[in-house]
Amino acid sequence: MEKLIEIKHLSKTFGTNEVLKDIGFTVNKGEVVCIIGSSGSGKSTLLRCVNLLEKPSGGQIIYKGENILDDKHDIYAYRTKLGMVFQQFNLFNNFNVLGNCTVGQIKVLKRSREEAEEVAMKYLKVVGMDQYINAKPRQLSGGQKQRVAIARALSMEPDVMLFDEPTSALDPEMVGEVLKVMRELAESGLTMLIVTHEMGFAKDVADRVVFMDQGVIVEEGSPEQVLNNPVQERTREFLSRTLNQ
Amino acid sequence: MTLKLIYKILVENWPMFLRGAGMTLYISIISTILGSIIGLIVGVIRTIPMPERGFKKVVLKIVNGILSAYIEFFRGTPMMVQAMVIYYGSAEAFGISIDKYLAAIFIVSINTGAYMSEIVRGGIVSIDKGQFEAAHALGMNHVKTMTNVVMPQVIRNILPATGNEFVINIKDTSVLNVISVSELYFVTKSIAGNSFIFYPPFFIACILYFVMTFTVTRILRLFERKIDGPENFDLTGNQMQVARPEDIIRKKRAEGIGHPY
Repeated sequence: MEKLIEIKHLSKTFGTNEVLKDIGFTVNKGEVVCIIGSSGSGKSTLLRCVNLLEKPSGGQIIYKGENILDDKHDIYAYRTKLGMVFQQFNLFNNFNVLGNCTVGQIKVLKRSREEAEEVAMKYLKVVGMDQYINAKPRQLSGGQKQRVAIARALSMEPDVMLFDEPTSALDPEMVGEVLKVMRELAESGLTMLIVTHEMGFAKDVADRVVFMDQGVIVEEGSPEQVLNNPVQERTREFLSRTLNQ
Repeated sequence: MTLKLIYKILVENWPMFLRGAGMTLYISIISTILGSIIGLIVGVIRTIPMPERGFKKVVLKIVNGILSAYIEFFRGTPMMVQAMVIYYGSAEAFGISIDKYLAAIFIVSINTGAYMSEIVRGGIVSIDKGQFEAAHALGMNHVKTMTNVVMPQVIRNILPATGNEFVINIKDTSVLNVISVSELYFVTKSIAGNSFIFYPPFFIACILYFVMTFTVTRILRLFERKIDGPENFDLTGNQMQVARPEDIIRKKRAEGIGHPY
């Protein structure tokens, strides 16, 4: 299997607070990896370190054989290869739905407007938002915003999609529509790295589940193994807490 | 009696009033535009994230220091005094005689710039961090993020404050009479001085000022609405297979056929 992103000895400190300690894991091409763990365990920070929204304090992030933490590396070009979906959607308020999905393509990938709109429409259809191209973000519901955000990231045609708790800010009834889109994407063979609290979703969709606690990876393996037969005591505690709610 | 007097003054001096009002508008429009441009540039520079080390950090610190001094100085001293210092100072201390209209526009512009740069900075700071992050995540650098995502939102958000500045400029150009710029107040003062009639000319000036400021605020409000776009949006695609009766009626009416049934 082709290694797409390899993380080695990654650490991140905020002041004296050590949020990530010696993290190492690999995302292979076509794989869906779910990162689970309680709040404050460093999952989101890890994901944000992967696309350098947070600057890691140490370690290496190797993307297609190159360490992108080298000073020379063009982080802007690297980021276009990673699609990011945020918990708070972060749609651009000054653009309508179509504009949100085309601005990156036009300004960063230098695609023509016609081509960008064609690509955007293709992915807006995938997420079922193609009828809403004239709407402004403030006119959409949370679930709709998040689906547009997914289309915006897909429109850049990235190698990996990063999801940072994509359903945590949504009403329960809107979680379903977003998870459905993500399920379809996973089935289409897209490489995905997902931070989530949706255990059922992780169990169904993930090829691999990573459990994090207090800034370290405690356990990693198939969903079957991590979620049903965890080896580590801490994983068992976490699962019993979340599943018994 | 007084109404008659006002009318008389108006009839005798209307070209002067009009020219004065025109000069006031001219100076305040140009200065507000120049000042906004200064404000945008200064505001953007002052919000550049500080690099962690190196030459760039030193340069940025020095530039920020100069810009803060500029803002503090021009916000902290009266424009009337600045006008005296700059106009007469340039002539007496340095022997450079500048055109008084140029001096007027210069003084009002840098004043507006000082206020606007703080307004712009506030506007940039108030934009949700998520907007920056989403732009960065798409691979945009700082300049692209600012020009495509942040500044359009900032400009929309600071429009009301810009309107304020514009109104203030229309009124505050009256202090330029100290360097004998023939704006509305200066003209009114001359009319009053020539005729020894005081309250009617100033009453007319008052109304003229109000008409100018009110028109400007209305126009800016319209502009804001235009930027905001329509309150509603239309779904695209033909999920609606059959046209609704009201659409048919509207279409026929537009074609001039009248009621179709």
